[in-house]
Amino acid sequence: MYLLEPDGLETLLAILREKGYRITGPKLRDGSVVLGTIDSTASMPRGIRDHQGPGRYRLEETGDDSWFSYTLGSDSWKKLFFHPNKPLFNARRDGGLLQIEPEPVRESLQALIGVRPCELQALAVQDRVLAKGEFVDRHYAASRKGTFIVAVNCTVPGGTCFCASMGTGPKASGGYDIALTELAADGGGRFVARAGTGLGERLLAATACGKADKGEIELERKLLEAAAGKMGRTIVADGLAAALAGSHDHPRWEELEDRCLACANCTMVCPTCYCYTVEDSTDLSGATAARTRVWDSCFTADHSYLHGGSVRETRGARYRQWLTHKLSTWHEQFGSSGCTGCGRCITWCPVGIDITEEAQAVCGTAGGS
Amino acid sequence: MADTLENLKSDLLQAPFCEGLSKEHLEILLGCAHEERILKGRFLFHEGATADEFYIIVSGRVGLELDCPNRGGLGIQTCGAGDVVGTSWVIAPFLWRFDAKVLEDSRLLSMDAAILRERCRVDPVFGYAMLERIAQVKAERLDAARLQLLDLYGNPEEGKHVARTRIK
Amino acid sequence: MSPEPGSSSRTDRTRAALDPMVPRIYSVERIRRNNHDTFTLKLNPADGGKPDPFSAGQFNMLYIFGVGEIPVSISGDPAGDGALMHTIREVGTVTRAMARLKPGNSIGVRGPFGSHWPLETAVGSDVVIVAGGIGLAPLRPVIYQVTANRSRYGRMILLYGARAPKEILYRRQLKAWGGAFDMDVHVTVDRGERDWNGEIGVVTGLIRRAPLDRRGAIALICGPEIMMRFSAQELLRRGMDKDRIYVSMERNMKCGVGLCGHCQYGTRIICRDGPVYRYDDIEPLLGRREV
Repeated sequence: MYLLEPDGLETLLAILREKGYRITGPKLRDGSVVLGTIDSTASMPRGIRDHQGPGRYRLEETGDDSWFSYTLGSDSWKKLFFHPNKPLFNARRDGGLLQIEPEPVRESLQALIGVRPCELQALAVQDRVLAKGEFVDRHYAASRKGTFIVAVNCTVPGGTCFCASMGTGPKASGGYDIALTELAADGGGRFVARAGTGLGERLLAATACGKADKGEIELERKLLEAAAGKMGRTIVADGLAAALAGSHDHPRWEELEDRCLACANCTMVCPTCYCYTVEDSTDLSGATAARTRVWDSCFTADHSYLHGGSVRETRGARYRQWLTHKLSTWHEQFGSSGCTGCGRCITWCPVGIDITEEAQAVCGTAGGS
Repeated sequence: MADTLENLKSDLLQAPFCEGLSKEHLEILLGCAHEERILKGRFLFHEGATADEFYIIVSGRVGLELDCPNRGGLGIQTCGAGDVVGTSWVIAPFLWRFDAKVLEDSRLLSMDAAILRERCRVDPVFGYAMLERIAQVKAERLDAARLQLLDLYGNPEEGKHVARTRIK
Repeated sequence: MSPEPGSSSRTDRTRAALDPMVPRIYSVERIRRNNHDTFTLKLNPADGGKPDPFSAGQFNMLYIFGVGEIPVSISGDPAGDGALMHTIREVGTVTRAMARLKPGNSIGVRGPFGSHWPLETAVGSDVVIVAGGIGLAPLRPVIYQVTANRSRYGRMILLYGARAPKEILYRRQLKAWGGAFDMDVHVTVDRGERDWNGEIGVVTGLIRRAPLDRRGAIALICGPEIMMRFSAQELLRRGMDKDRIYVSMERNMKCGVGLCGHCQYGTRIICRDGPVYRYDDIEPLLGRREV
């Protein structure tokens, strides 16, 4: 276990850049934290925290220099690997004969800075869906190869967070190269750092100011324990999948018909949602055509369209499909929950529908706040 | 003669309509049954006539039809071996609702419904057993009619397609 | 080849090494009308090679230049090394564009994907095929296979419901199968016509009268979902076991390989573990609204 100073983090970024990594991390834009390319730690926001609630996201200054007092913005890391728009192939008509030119698969060495524990879980969930089944999304798999991850444990959970309930946070349990815990928000700016891989270990050895001592490790433990108790939301995950499996006819779904707008925000901000559709287009002359894979949402009418009409015509049914897929059927399909407890779907729902509240209402389980 | 009666009995016993009937009730039915062989193209009954018999098909095929002046006999449903033809004999005003046309040479058990109706009236247990079976036949036909009504095999886009073609 | 429904074993795929999202080019050898809105494409690989082998019940994703792509069951003979056959109904933009294809035109094909009808399990048993409308197309490969290996199967019964006499698919073949292959073929229509002397009524009526007197028969059903539900219930009433009834499900599909999320069906992903399912495997989902 190491102790890392902000200077050490800066050196770490420099080494990664030198090794050819494209570095993505948190940035401030339009009043929210977004994920974008960063050159140095100077691009990262400091001294801010977020206020999140159903349909609500605001940033405010903390009055200190803390690095990670905010939680998640609407962006998740999936956009780097599961691209919102991905060309699949170009087609050409050559004297009547169709020619297909597949989009080349590109590997890109990416380093992610500030990945929260729930987000590590989200990456693992998407890996299982897109890269570890019988068939593989080759573009996704290639872009995920060799990703270097600097995780950040959460000492300041947000108002819509429930990772503690889902067992995915606030402390990372794996899936990172380096995991940091910011020791205090008092401007100290030091991190307890642990390595999850050999490369992480080597880089930490080169950049850390030393080993973390007992006191620092104890402080980290206390901070994370306190964070687990400060989650804005809770959900009773035990037995949830089974309870939801039998919930099809629950009247709550019908009530959702009156609230859900089917705007698809929840699926766009969800870090595990992986539905895509394909779009075909031709140039004006009609000589070449392109096929693109684009993010889709189970809240659209087209998503379940079969000749004649949609299978899921009502918004209540679409919400039921989405929620039960996340929290119930995902288990049987991919061996884990599809929900990481990140809370984005609650924050970014324009009418503030809360997945923890809906699941609780349907299952009659305790939880929520 | 005994041989014919035995044949009649065995045909009756094999009919799904008689499944689960008590021995006494079977005897009542047997007393009202006789065999008929009817050639293709003939009618068992016509719409509007008094329903004083009904049929159980042993072999062959019978079609229920409604006559439409400019379109001929419109087929509604075909009945085959084991099926009951005619249920109006238990339902007032005891008049046939359809024509029953023999589509293939058929061997039928013809049941004297006028007598059966009277037996049903005086013996409610027998009456219930008959109604139970007719209700079953009616339910199957209603289910079938509903499915036909849904036009399950219809092309869901057909209407739209026609509209689009016309615009051209 | 592909998973047999109800089994968890999944065999290797050499194609998995290729990008499953990139089509192989086939050219149209022939296009033939089956009825007013249905046609059959006969396709051959443009590279001169053989079509990819498939099992009865599997489907391909068919791509038409610049217009789009749709899943279509394969309706040809799995044993034949001849052309790839697809019977398609005009129900949307892509299928209408396909109906306008001419011999020599090309089309993209991805697949075959999905589970198949349990023809190994059916060896030694009576086989009851229940088809409705275009649902006969995904079952035709079964008929080819069973008739080619007639002695390996017991009694063979085909019960087929169509909308109207003029919409009956594979009319000549139906006659031939009934005549030459020791198969009971019964066809019924929802609406008769003046010169129609056959059956009028729903396919469940045919099931009620079918000779299902021997134990262990296996039933394969394909057609609109309501028709499959009612047919399965009628077969159960006739004493068939739930684990001997198979149905083929349909949902929107964009990828065909379990990645795009469109064919979610409760815990099932139809392109991945279907489209052919054992009845008891999806019974709790059948008939549920908007699943």
